[in-house]
Amino acid sequence: MRIRFTLNGRRVEVDAPPHITLLELLRNYLRTTGVKRGCETGECGACTILMDGKPVNSCLILAPMAEGAEIVTVEGLAEDGRLHPIQEAFIEENALQCGYCTPGFLITAKALLDRVPEPSVELIKDALTGNICRCGAYRMIISAVLRASEKMRTTSASQG
Amino acid sequence: MSMLEYRRFSSLEDALRFLSERPDAKIVAGGTDLVVQMRMGKLKPSTVADIRGIMELRGIRESDEGLEIGALTTIEEIRESSLVERLAPPLWEAAQEFATWQIRNMGTIGGNLCNASPAADTAPPLMVLGARVRTARLGGGRTIPIEEFFRGPGETILEKGELLTHVHIPRPGDSEGHAFQRLGRRVAHILSIVSAAAAVGVEDGRIGWVRVALGSVAPTPVRARTVERELTGKTPSRDLIKSASEKVLNDIKPISDVRASAEYRRAMSVVLVRRVLEKALRRAGA
Repeated sequence: MRIRFTLNGRRVEVDAPPHITLLELLRNYLRTTGVKRGCETGECGACTILMDGKPVNSCLILAPMAEGAEIVTVEGLAEDGRLHPIQEAFIEENALQCGYCTPGFLITAKALLDRVPEPSVELIKDALTGNICRCGAYRMIISAVLRASEKMRTTSASQG
Repeated sequence: MSMLEYRRFSSLEDALRFLSERPDAKIVAGGTDLVVQMRMGKLKPSTVADIRGIMELRGIRESDEGLEIGALTTIEEIRESSLVERLAPPLWEAAQEFATWQIRNMGTIGGNLCNASPAADTAPPLMVLGARVRTARLGGGRTIPIEEFFRGPGETILEKGELLTHVHIPRPGDSEGHAFQRLGRRVAHILSIVSAAAAVGVEDGRIGWVRVALGSVAPTPVRARTVERELTGKTPSRDLIKSASEKVLNDIKPISDVRASAEYRRAMSVVLVRRVLEKALRRAGA
């Protein structure tokens, strides 16, 4: 089945069987392997992507459901070889150990900061409940989101 | 599964015609339940009908009678809706603690109801709000009270080729109070061990009418009619609420499973019913 959508700003067209998930389509057909396969039941958040600006579990979506959508994966965060402020903040705050959950956390954090530029710790925790970090870096992840929020506001202020 | 036929619909008429010809087709709305069931091998559909493009099944509208919610409305849209907060408070409360952001962005109210899990958290609030669901099928459709919708775990009254299209919630009156509360092993993203909702109308200092409903304690979401009978017409007091809440044991048939034992569910049902009644009465100004 032919499936067409926008992936990280580029239009893609791909032939794939309709029963596979969007996670499998992204990893195995389009090689965006930054999207991680975890529990495959929507529990862990490692496969989180943005679909039309909203964070969703790509493991719970059939590939044809992406038709016409704007999909953003972790590969779409950096611009012109420069890391996104959220990625920089995760590095600066050591907000990871093994790093497997990180792409999902980055995507959910981006969705949050796009909506709420200056979130409270409570709101950050609420937004990130669908992402699990088994290394237990939660405290640093929350610090990283706060730092990213500051970075992004400073950048947009200096540009404005 | 490799032979799966995938069909997309943007017109309700086309979808209904297709479903009447292919009654075994599985409907995909948000996909959050369907995809897991397919992966676990519980469901092996030969045909999937994607109804996500049918715009008339989306959105939240205020109508003369109250609120109309399209079956494809996501749980996140309900969570963010000030209309739902004002006109269907316990449904709004249930959406606050529903699954995760990722799942709420895909999962729909129609899917939550049609999947017919005994733990569907939107069901007890809709029951106490006196909601009705509207269905469509080729050449007709029907409107039925939500409590007649469920038949058993995973089973509804929907017939082959019939689609849930809208949920209607009557406008709450003055001196009416509502509450919803759920208990899970953690706050976020866990199926409820017990959930309970209450709605009460206070008239001249007495309980004019009351509805109580629970989830996860019977094969379907259930009304606690024994509790309701015990309260109706009486002057609310701490002792009355306490003794009436204990009557909930007549209305539920919980089982033991991985989440909790039947005994724990019975004990917690009494506690949750008491709490939602107290909160609903307080909000009704009693």
